[in-house]
Amino acid sequence: MIEIAHKVIADQSLVLAFAAVGALMWISAMLSRLLFAGRIHASAIAIMAALALAWYGGIITGGKKGLADVPAFAGLLLMGGAMLRDFAIVATAFEVDPIEARKAGLLGAFALLLGTVVPFAVGAGIAWSFGYRDAVSLATLGAGAVTYIVGPVTGAALGASSPVMALSIATGVLKAVLVMATTPMAARFMGLNNPRSAMIFGGLAGTVSGVAGGLAATDEKLVPYGALTATFHTGLGCLLAPSVLFLILKALV
Amino acid sequence: MAIYGTALLALCTLIGVALGEALGMALHVKANVGGVGIAMMLLIAARLWLARTGRLTPGLKLGVEFWALMYIPIVVAMAAQQNVLAALEGGPMAVLTGIVVVAICFGLVAVLSRATGAHHD
Repeated sequence: MIEIAHKVIADQSLVLAFAAVGALMWISAMLSRLLFAGRIHASAIAIMAALALAWYGGIITGGKKGLADVPAFAGLLLMGGAMLRDFAIVATAFEVDPIEARKAGLLGAFALLLGTVVPFAVGAGIAWSFGYRDAVSLATLGAGAVTYIVGPVTGAALGASSPVMALSIATGVLKAVLVMATTPMAARFMGLNNPRSAMIFGGLAGTVSGVAGGLAATDEKLVPYGALTATFHTGLGCLLAPSVLFLILKALV
Repeated sequence: MAIYGTALLALCTLIGVALGEALGMALHVKANVGGVGIAMMLLIAARLWLARTGRLTPGLKLGVEFWALMYIPIVVAMAAQQNVLAALEGGPMAVLTGIVVVAICFGLVAVLSRATGAHHD
């Protein structure tokens, strides 16, 4: 019996992940209907539950990949990895209205620039208030507040110390988690109910994972518009943080 | 045939990601610059062309739309593999930075979407 279970876990990891996520979505849909009378979106509950399970997975295994470190759920790595995530995001573009997307293009680009500069400045400012004084550490910590990829890329380019890099990644991951979890609650406040504001949101909130999760839990139809701008976020951050933004910061300290 | 749709999606993704890598290299950036966004624009263009020339068959649409519908489950799987523990253990500085940055960015989204008339009640 146990032998069969081990064999299934080892050979069918992706299929197991499909079943597990399906079960989680089903439970979330039930909770949404029965407990919250549909006021909280089933996808929002599923994403929150998945984050909670990822936290629990980290506690019981001591690993870095959340629930996917539990052998039975290793298939989540492939299912929720960058390859299939990007593939599915591109697929959502099939329903995009090109006219809407073009209208918001310039505004999206402006939001994208703000979404890089503002988190960098805030991140570096808070790092300063916590006693960091060298431009390299400040830039790395500021870059981490842009996305969790911009942080280590900037740190590696500038030669930041390992604890600073780790802190920078932690900031970026926390930002992504916060965006995923709080977007549905803040959606009304942000006016997040049409393609144009979704493109602004994608540029400002950054991190494809955070934007993708947050919009999925708010309104599925807005996902492609947010993703369209968010996808440039990490690239722009990796471009500006170790160069222009670092030089400005160096001149300041 | 559904596979035509999935293959079209794959082709757009591959070309987009490759162009994003090339753009990253040209800009001396260690990241993919907008690969997914380029792929999305290619898919939008492909759809317009297919519709205009009458090649947008139900089977082809199904092959793309299945993946668009799988998007949310995939995001749930992505959320389940985040290093949430490390994010929360990053100490007060990481927590403070994360909260302040998200709050400011959300505020800016509210300002921009209202100022530009993107907001509808």
